[in-house]
Amino acid sequence: MNETSDLSERILAYLQWLSAYLPGFAHACLIALQIAFATILLSWLCGLVGALAKTSSYRLLRWPAEFYIWFMRGTPTLIQIFIVYFGLPQMGMRLSPFVAGVIALGLSSGAYVAEIVRAGLKAIPRGQFESAQALGMSYSQTMRDIILPQVTRIIVPALTNEAINTLKNTSLLSTITVVELTLYTQTLIAATFKPFDFYIVAALLYLLMTTLLSWFANWFEKRNAFYH
Amino acid sequence: MQQQPSTHAPLLDLHQLRKSFGSHEVLKGVSLQVTAGEVIAIIGASGSGKSTSAALCESVGNVPDSGTLQFQGKAVDYHPRRLSWRRAAQLRNLRSQIGMVFQNYNLWPHKTVLENVIEAPLKVKHQPRAHALERGKELLASIGLADKQNSYPSRLSGGQQQRVAIVRALAMEPKLMLFDEVTSALDPELVGEVLDLMRALAERGMTMLVVTHEIGFARHVSTRTVFIDQGEIAEQGPSGQLLSAPANERTRQFLRRVLHNNTASSDLAL
Repeated sequence: MNETSDLSERILAYLQWLSAYLPGFAHACLIALQIAFATILLSWLCGLVGALAKTSSYRLLRWPAEFYIWFMRGTPTLIQIFIVYFGLPQMGMRLSPFVAGVIALGLSSGAYVAEIVRAGLKAIPRGQFESAQALGMSYSQTMRDIILPQVTRIIVPALTNEAINTLKNTSLLSTITVVELTLYTQTLIAATFKPFDFYIVAALLYLLMTTLLSWFANWFEKRNAFYH
Repeated sequence: MQQQPSTHAPLLDLHQLRKSFGSHEVLKGVSLQVTAGEVIAIIGASGSGKSTSAALCESVGNVPDSGTLQFQGKAVDYHPRRLSWRRAAQLRNLRSQIGMVFQNYNLWPHKTVLENVIEAPLKVKHQPRAHALERGKELLASIGLADKQNSYPSRLSGGQQQRVAIVRALAMEPKLMLFDEVTSALDPELVGEVLDLMRALAERGMTMLVVTHEIGFARHVSTRTVFIDQGEIAEQGPSGQLLSAPANERTRQFLRRVLHNNTASSDLAL
């Protein structure tokens, strides 16, 4: 009897001690989410442009897109972050850590999104494109109204995967002084010498954010599955 | 080299169209004149080039390697491979005046039946929404599918989908309709409703180019039948005459093969 009440008292005291750090963690999560949100938007833009350029019949569009995807997929994201944050100032371009991080992560993820979108485009039967063209619709009308709405539905699972990766990759920005969840955790550990406790907390918080993200994606996928 | 528009010019004039895919020459110089009001059936074995001829009329997906194409007396200025903005606009204009219906219907699955029908009138012809909606509903009512206007295509039978596809093309008020084996993908019991609609269109004076396996349709509805064999027009003439007494030995052989297989079904459908 005595032992169990003693144990629950100790757990209570532990949680109380931990809860003092929660506002700080919440703020760090918010920063991570902000980076992820901006990065995902940028990666979708890069991915869409990249995929359309790579499937274009014009070599002048195709070649740069192929180079972009080849380079970004073939080099480590961390090196890309360093090039943008440490390298560009040497060329006279000084960016804030936040902006440099979003650009590097967005361009990096954009290459993968481009391949996802390209696969989605290939999955649409040719007849969908031809029937729109046969009615006199232009390339951009055909893409916007007929092809891309269908592509979006197909690629939601793959895009979700990539968005989860992006969210986790925001931790890489701890190396360029962005105080997101990982760097915040590290500074806390430096002050308290409790690496086990705080890394577990950080891991659980990343898990919470990625879970919410995939729930949202599932909801979106279901909402758009009505016509089949 | 552009010819002046003239009232005597045929609606569509194909001259020596050639098309190769890789080393395979699909069309070896096809010439065909279509006069307004004609219903032309194009028959031939699969792989003979008959579908390619139809697709080239709209230059959808492909443009001819050589040859000229005139619509309403005006030459269509396509250039193999490279299309400038001006040529692209001209092609869009051509396509908006020629309706095309495909073997696999190609309705857009993410749009309702009515949205499928009004899309091009809204986006290409820039019709006011209210007008396009009214016209779209009328057209759907005319084929007995008014109650399906808010359904998605996947809820419709193949025959219903194909009739919607025809109506979608008609909504653009085309001067010529191309039908590319539009009943080939249908279950036999659904062929009749599509052919009935096509016959009704022919009776209302629509100019039609019909690539088909349905010899019954060619015989009873088309005014002229063209037999394409190995990328060339082997024989053409008034449908009744060509189909009952073909002059060309290859036409005779083809008809014997086809009629042996499906006279019963296609004649019953009409």
